[in-house]
Amino acid sequence: MLSKISFGEKGLFFIIALFLLVFLVGPVIQVFYVAFIDVNTNTLTLNNFADFFSTSLFRESFYNSFYVSAMSVVVASIIALPLAYYTSRFEFKGSVIIQSLGFIPLIMPPFVGAVAMQLFFGENGSVNLYLENTFGFKIPFMDGLNGVIFVQSIHYFPFILLNLSAALNNIDKSMEESAQNLGSRGFGLFRKIVFPLAMPGYIAGAVLVFIKVFDDLGTPLLLNVNNMLAPQAYLRISSIGIDDPMGYVIAVVLVVFSLAALGIAGWALKGKDYSTTQKGGGGLNKRKMGKWEAVGAYSIVIFTLLIVLSPHLALTMLSFATIWSYSIFPDAYTTAHYAEVFTETPEFITNTLIYASGAAVLDIILGVSIAYLVIRSKIKIRKTLDYVAMSALAVPGLVLAIGYLRSFSDIELPNGQILASWWLMLVIALAVRRLPYALRACTAALQQVSVSLEEASENLGASKFKTIRKITIPLMAGGILAGFVTSFATAAVELSATIMLISSESDAPLAYGIYIFMQSASGRGAGAALGIIAVIIVAGGTYASHRFMEKSRKQREVSSEDE
Amino acid sequence: MRVKSVKKVLATAVASVVLVGPLAAAELENKLVVITSFPKDLTKSFKKGFESKYPGVKVEMLKKKTTAGIKYIQETKKNNKADIYWVSAPDAFEVLKDDGLLQVYRSETKGIPETIGTYPLSDPDGYYSGVAAAGYGIMWNKRYLNAKKLPTPAQWKDLAKPVYHGHVGMSAPSRSGTTHLTVETMLQSEEGWADGWKNIKRMAGNFKTVTERSFGVPDGVNTGSFGVGIVIDFFGLSSKASGFPVDFTYPRYTAVVPANAGIINNAPHINAARAFVDYLRSNDGQKILLEPKISRLPINPETYAQAPKGFPNPFEDGSIGKDIKFDVKLSKSRYNLVNSLFDVMITYRLEDLSDATKALQEASMLLAKNDNPKAKKLIAEGWALIDATPVSDELSLKDDFTAVFKTKRKKRTDKVYGRQAEVEEKWDREVKDNYQKAKTLAHLAIDLIK
Repeated sequence: MLSKISFGEKGLFFIIALFLLVFLVGPVIQVFYVAFIDVNTNTLTLNNFADFFSTSLFRESFYNSFYVSAMSVVVASIIALPLAYYTSRFEFKGSVIIQSLGFIPLIMPPFVGAVAMQLFFGENGSVNLYLENTFGFKIPFMDGLNGVIFVQSIHYFPFILLNLSAALNNIDKSMEESAQNLGSRGFGLFRKIVFPLAMPGYIAGAVLVFIKVFDDLGTPLLLNVNNMLAPQAYLRISSIGIDDPMGYVIAVVLVVFSLAALGIAGWALKGKDYSTTQKGGGGLNKRKMGKWEAVGAYSIVIFTLLIVLSPHLALTMLSFATIWSYSIFPDAYTTAHYAEVFTETPEFITNTLIYASGAAVLDIILGVSIAYLVIRSKIKIRKTLDYVAMSALAVPGLVLAIGYLRSFSDIELPNGQILASWWLMLVIALAVRRLPYALRACTAALQQVSVSLEEASENLGASKFKTIRKITIPLMAGGILAGFVTSFATAAVELSATIMLISSESDAPLAYGIYIFMQSASGRGAGAALGIIAVIIVAGGTYASHRFMEKSRKQREVSSEDE
Repeated sequence: MRVKSVKKVLATAVASVVLVGPLAAAELENKLVVITSFPKDLTKSFKKGFESKYPGVKVEMLKKKTTAGIKYIQETKKNNKADIYWVSAPDAFEVLKDDGLLQVYRSETKGIPETIGTYPLSDPDGYYSGVAAAGYGIMWNKRYLNAKKLPTPAQWKDLAKPVYHGHVGMSAPSRSGTTHLTVETMLQSEEGWADGWKNIKRMAGNFKTVTERSFGVPDGVNTGSFGVGIVIDFFGLSSKASGFPVDFTYPRYTAVVPANAGIINNAPHINAARAFVDYLRSNDGQKILLEPKISRLPINPETYAQAPKGFPNPFEDGSIGKDIKFDVKLSKSRYNLVNSLFDVMITYRLEDLSDATKALQEASMLLAKNDNPKAKKLIAEGWALIDATPVSDELSLKDDFTAVFKTKRKKRTDKVYGRQAEVEEKWDREVKDNYQKAKTLAHLAIDLIK
C-alpha cells in the first residue's frame, strides 16, 4: 500500500527539487530580486508592487491580458472540441490527418511566422486585399486585442486538442457501454459520460492555453499590442541602458497569477475521481459514420485545418517567393532560398534535433516523476514541485537566460568554455521552459489511471518500480506522448533563451538561424525556408513518435487479450 | 601560469609598439570572437575579407540583438570569452563604457576624419571607434502609396499631414538606439524641446504602429503592412537593393551618426581584435560597406569614389545633416528621460493619440470649408492638448530630475529621487486625459460646424 513514504519516493523528490532549485528557482531569483529592492535605498521593499497596482497602465494591461487569455480558451476550445470528438468517436479516416497536422500550429518559427501572418491576414495581406478588390470591405483579423485572440487561439489550440484526445482515448469502452445499457445515446452520451471522464485532459489543455496566452509576449509584440502584461514586462526589461524595476515586478505578478490560475484549475478537479479500473477494452467504441455524417465531419475538419494551417501555407509561399509586397500573391517563385539555406547551414538542423529531443526526453522524465510524486506519494510538500515547475511558463526566456549567465558563467569547462553557454545548458534551459507542457499532459494521464491497478500489481508481488514500469507508465502512454510532442515541437522553435545563451555559431539551432536571416531585407525568403524546414523536422519527429507509440500499443493489445 | 602572463604582457607590448603599421599575421591569435547585431550579408563579407587578409585567424561572428549583446557581456564579464562588440547604436557603447566593460584602443587608420557633421566619429576617450555611418530618413512602399493614392513624403513634417493618417510606422527610442537619435535630433532641431515634441506627436498621431524592434519598420514597409516608415538609411537602401518596391530619402533635419566597434575588457584575443578594428576602418573594409545588400555609408571620404551611382555621400552632399548641430552631451544627459516620455506619450497610448488626432484632423478639414470662429477655438484648444508635454524644457535639463530615469545603481551610495513608476503614472494620467479631452473638443467642433 501507499501509506508509507518509501525511500525511493523521498530520493526522487529530493533529486527533482534540487534540479528545479538549481536550474529554475535559483537563476530566476537572481534576476527577480530587483523587483523587491528600493532603488533609492537599496533595501527590501514592496513599494514597487504598490506602484504596480496604482499605475493605471498596468491595471489596464492586467485586464487586457486576462480578457485575451479567457477568450482564447473559449475560441481554442471551439476549434479543438469538434476535432477531438470526431477522432475519438468515429471510425474516421480524417483522424490520421488531424493527429498528424493538428499540432503543427504550435510550431510557429520566430519572426518569419509573424511576417507570414501579416502577409496573409494583415490589414493589407492577401485575404484583405482580395476582399477589398472584390467586395470592397476588409476584416481586421490582426487588429488590437481581438487580433491577439485570433492568432493565439489558432496557435495554441493544439494544447487542448492533444490533451483532450489523449484523455478520450484513455477512457474505457465499458464505461460507455454501461451508459448505453442504461439508455444514454448520441451527443447526450458524449456530454454526460464521455466528456466528463475526459475532463482532466480538457482542463490540462485549457489551463495551458490560458497561462500560455497570459504569459506570451511574442504574439502581442508581433501585432504591436503593448497594453498587455507580458509585453510590458519584456519592453521594460530589454530596453537599453536602464533596468526599470517595473519590468521585473510585472514578471513576478505574471508568475503569481499563472500559479493562481493553475491552483483554480486543480481545485475544479478536486474531490472527483476520473480514474477507471477497466483497461481491457482499449479506448472508446468507434462507430462508423453515415454518408452525410461523413460529409459533415470532413467539411468541419477541412475548414478548421484550413484556417489553423493558413499561417504555414503563407510561410510556404513566402519561402518560395521572390518579392511579396502589398499583393495577393508573390511576384514570382524561386527555389533559390532553399539552395541558400542548404549550402550555408547544415549544422543548424542537427543541433535543433539534438536540443529539442534532448529537452523533450528530459521533460517527460521530469513530468512523469513529478506527476507520480504529486498524485501518488504522501510527501507533504509534494504539490510545491508541481507549482514550481509550472511557474516556468510565466518566466520570460530572456529572464531565465540572464539568470543562467549570472549563475553559471563563473564555472569553466575543461575546454575553456564557460558552463552557462555550453550546449547542454541550452538543452536544460529548453527543458525547463517546456516542462509545464509535458507535466500537464503526464498529470492528466495519471489522473485517469486507477490506483487499484497498481495495488493489484503490488499485491501480486511486483515491486513498486516494476509496477510503475509495467503498469503505470504504459497506461499513461498517450499522455506522455502528448507531452513529448508539445515539448519537442515548441522547443524546436524557441528563440528568446537560445539567442542569449548561444556562444558560438556551430552550436546554434534553427531558430537562431532564422533570426540571423531575418535581420536583413534580403534574408526574408531564406528565413522562411529555414522556418519550413523546422516545421518539417518537427512534423517528422512527431510522426515517428506516433508510429512508435502505435506499435507498442498494438503489441500490448496482442499480448493482453481479445480485440 | 607566470610564463603565460609574461608572454601576454610581452605580446601586448610588442603589439602596441607595432600598432601603427599593419600587424603581421604571425602575431595574431588564431581566433576572434565578435558580438554583433549586424545581418548575415554584412558579417559574412567582413569575415571573409578579414580571414583572407589574416589567414591564421578564424572569426566567430556571434549574432545577438543589441540589448542581448549588452546583457551577455555584462553577465559574463568575470569570465569573458568575447573580443569585440560591433553594433550601430552609440548609446549601447556608452552603457558598456560606463560599466567599465570596454578597453581603450585608438585605431590610427589614415584618411578617417574626426567628425561626421558635428558628431564625433569615435569616442573621444578611445573606448570605441567609428566604422561606418548612417542617417535616419523616410522609407516608403511605392505600391502602397500608388494603391492608396498618397503623395511621396520628403520631410518629417509631411508625415504629420492628414493624408498619412494610419499609414506611418516607427520604432520606439527605448527599443533602438538609432531611433533614439532620430527623436533626439528632432528635439535638437532649431525649434527646440517643446516644439520638437509637438512635431513628433503630430507625426505620431498618424502612426499605424510603434514596432518593438527597429527592423520591424522596414519589414512592415516591405510587406506593405504600412506605407511609410521612419528608418535608418541602410534598411531603406538595402531593401531597395533586394528588389522590394520601396524607396528612401533623407529629410532636412537628420543627423548622420557612426556605427562603432569596441574592444571588450579582458578580450582573450587582443591582437586579432585590434587588427579587426583597423581592418573595419581600412580601405578594404570600407569598400565592403558599398555592397548593395549592405548599403552603409563609409566613413572614409575617399571610399565614395568607388560607390555606385546615386549612392548618398554625407561628406559631399551638404544637404544630409547640415542643419543639425548635434549636442552629444545634452543627448546623453536626458537619454532615458526622452525614451520614457516617448513611451508614455506615444507607444503605450497610441490608440488614444491616434483617435484624437483623427478627430481633430476631420474637424480642421471641415473648418477649412466652413469657417466657424467658435469651432476654430475648440480645435486650437484640442491641438494644444495634444501638443502639451508633461516635462518642460528647464525640467528636462535638471540633473536630479533626469536621475529618476537612471535607476542603474552603480554605487551603493548613488541616490535617486522618486521612482520612475510614480513619475510615469503621473504623466500617463495627464496624457491620457489630454487626448480624451482633445477628442471631445474635436467632436464638439464638428457638431458646431455641421
